[in-house]
Amino acid sequence: MTKRTVELELATPGVGANGDAVRVPLTVGTEEPSGIPGEPMLINIGPQHPATHGVLRLVVELDGETVVRVIPHVGYLHSGFEKLGEYRHYNQIIPLTDRTDYLAPMANNVGVALAAEQLMGIEITPRCTVLRLIACEMSRIISHLVWLGTTSIDLGAFTPFLWAFQQRERIYNLQEAWTGARLTTSVTRVGGLMADVPTGFVEGLEEFTRTFPKTLDEIDRVLTRNAVWAGRTQGVGVMSAPDAVNYSLSGPMLRASGVAYDLRKDRPYLGYETYDFDVPIGEHGDVYDRYRVRLEECYQSNRILAQAIKRLPDGPINVADPRVILPPKSRAMTDMEAMIFHFKQVMEGIRAPVGEAYVGIENPKGELGNYFVSDGSAKPVRWRIRPPAFINLAALPKLAEGHLLSDLIAINASVDIVMGEVDR
Amino acid sequence: MNPSVDTLRATFGTAIGRSSVTRDGVSTVDVACAQALKVFEFLRSSEHYDYLVDLTAVEYRDPERPLEVVYLLRSLQGGAELRVKVLLDVRQELAVDSVVGVWAGANWLEREVFDMFGVQFRGHPDLRRILMWETYAEGHPLRKDFPLRGRFSRAEQVRQALAGHPEAHYSMEELSFADAHHDLPADMRERLRRGERGTIPHSE
Amino acid sequence: MKHVATETVTGQNPNWLLAKLDDLVNWARANSLWPMPFGTACCAIEFMATAASRFDFARFGMERQAFSPRQADVLICAGRLPFKLAPVIRRVYDQMPQPKWVISMGACASSGGIFDNYAMVQGIDTIVPVDVYVPGCPPRPEGLLYGVLLLHKKIKGESLADRALRDEHPLDDTGLRLPPDTIDEISEPFGNSVHQFRSA
Repeated sequence: MTKRTVELELATPGVGANGDAVRVPLTVGTEEPSGIPGEPMLINIGPQHPATHGVLRLVVELDGETVVRVIPHVGYLHSGFEKLGEYRHYNQIIPLTDRTDYLAPMANNVGVALAAEQLMGIEITPRCTVLRLIACEMSRIISHLVWLGTTSIDLGAFTPFLWAFQQRERIYNLQEAWTGARLTTSVTRVGGLMADVPTGFVEGLEEFTRTFPKTLDEIDRVLTRNAVWAGRTQGVGVMSAPDAVNYSLSGPMLRASGVAYDLRKDRPYLGYETYDFDVPIGEHGDVYDRYRVRLEECYQSNRILAQAIKRLPDGPINVADPRVILPPKSRAMTDMEAMIFHFKQVMEGIRAPVGEAYVGIENPKGELGNYFVSDGSAKPVRWRIRPPAFINLAALPKLAEGHLLSDLIAINASVDIVMGEVDR
Repeated sequence: MNPSVDTLRATFGTAIGRSSVTRDGVSTVDVACAQALKVFEFLRSSEHYDYLVDLTAVEYRDPERPLEVVYLLRSLQGGAELRVKVLLDVRQELAVDSVVGVWAGANWLEREVFDMFGVQFRGHPDLRRILMWETYAEGHPLRKDFPLRGRFSRAEQVRQALAGHPEAHYSMEELSFADAHHDLPADMRERLRRGERGTIPHSE
Repeated sequence: MKHVATETVTGQNPNWLLAKLDDLVNWARANSLWPMPFGTACCAIEFMATAASRFDFARFGMERQAFSPRQADVLICAGRLPFKLAPVIRRVYDQMPQPKWVISMGACASSGGIFDNYAMVQGIDTIVPVDVYVPGCPPRPEGLLYGVLLLHKKIKGESLADRALRDEHPLDDTGLRLPPDTIDEISEPFGNSVHQFRSA
């Protein structure tokens, strides 16, 4: 029976030349068998469990405290989204997307709208482009904040959770002012947006971008050079770069393993190529690197938001195509053609041309793809969500085997899953 | 059109079917089921499609059209993207070779296609349902002949769901810890072979 | 014998002393309800927001979230419940000791919500008895707090004299909690939902 010993300094391990925490190497030692006969244990974690980040069930085979094998069971939140999508118009699918990745609802809305517009060959207005980018980056921040908060709780630090959620409330206020809902935003429509941003939104967002880094600094101060945090996350759950590509990982999971791939840079959409921002790339591919990558992404998202606010152009938010955008109610009630357009869109839906389209965006969890296949009718033949969390979670057995049970919790947290998206 | 399509046609000849460029600008090519695995291995090794973006299936409303298993491949370095479709006749057995050996990320994606469409993936290490429970009896939900609300009445669905023992969904992997599959009682082995739920001893 | 619904006990104890005892017990129970968060989906995030510092339901006595059912008073089902998760919630509910209550948070837990399909339980009341339904998709934290306060009110109207309140009701021999026609009836689509099953 092998035992893994972890050497930890009891004080802060020290800070290196570049200000990063000094890495304390994990030593793996073997010990003679204690002479106590034993057999492996099979335990069940979840689906109802505080630390599984949703209804995930892990069946873990343990040799003492060491995880020999872990088998995730998913599907406990399977809601039939893709089947429902076949019975809904394209605009009716948008509220469904709030509920898949419910930590970053606006990014999901944008993803499906972009895919539908790609299928229909619609180009959105400049103002809509910038607003959608703002929505995506706000979603990135709130998703990473939940991740930070819940991962800290899993590893024993409760306070960052409260700080993170306090900042989320500020974004929620903005989301609520814009769409009327804190969480289930449904902010996009095919060809445009649900509504324009209200007065005071830009000022509120600007105020947020000015003061948000202070909270990030606080969280950074508490966690990054903390001996307990570093000891529990460094060297844990390592995934090498070739493995990460082989397992189709995406998002911070992929970047923490050293693969410099971010859809915003490599396959830009919504004008990301015109913004000035960095993408953090990790080195060791462990839980600590994933934490550093996500924390830094919050800073970078803040930076993008500040730029986007400055360049928000005036103009319409909806494309000027009456077959796709509902006419204003006053016209629909007075003008015959407008009424017909309204009727056709509401009763029949927007007919998409025959064909298919896949659009992948950089969701906070990874590459969120929406694949629509259309046979010419108003309801898609197939709506496929390419779920980043599902594909990232599939790598969990590879990440966790050989580690201790407490490391398994840290690794599971670092994958940043949201079961709504994993199970759809 | 992606140059890989011409390379494929040159290498595999008649196994490569129709090709087109879809509305998102991605080249799409049909591949015959029998040569699919060889095509994928070629695409991975020679054409450097090292990243499997997505693996899914599409069934059309028109019953004459085949069921397509769709693979979206990408080359991270070069940025090239290719969509490969394997067409399966719905009137016959739906089976295709598994690509888990080519891209490890295909594991759960193939399990999901099996669960939702009933497509068998030959050579998959652990092909069982992933989103529905393992003994789900109503069928394969994303097929077009499967009604939205399911085949059974609501009460029957509730009854079947509640009868599912939350812990008894064993896979061959979970039991292999005993490393003693041959030590299991014969009826349990038989039930596992048939894919039935087990019961936890001493618990009822 | 099939259990008949609770006999109408007005909650008024005939005896002044026992009435005061009722008040004391109900006050204690209501003001220290330890929730068991059975959080599944989006409502769980609003539940977490209710627990966080802006809305803070610890002010209402729900200080410690008991993730073990053995130590919990109220099961808050926050989120949609698919059929695969049904035996889990039933088992967790059965594991809770009396007195126990259930809050169904959100539209999906109350009635299946927008998911009228093959995978979703059309309301957790087909599986466990529910005391308070909190509508919303997701309900605002204020909404959840209002639901909790309603539960307080319900608890304060209970009486120790009504033994039937604390009876356990396991699933019957057919494996259901309600008769099958009741389940079918409450799961039927209604209103706009009846038009939402055409695929093209």
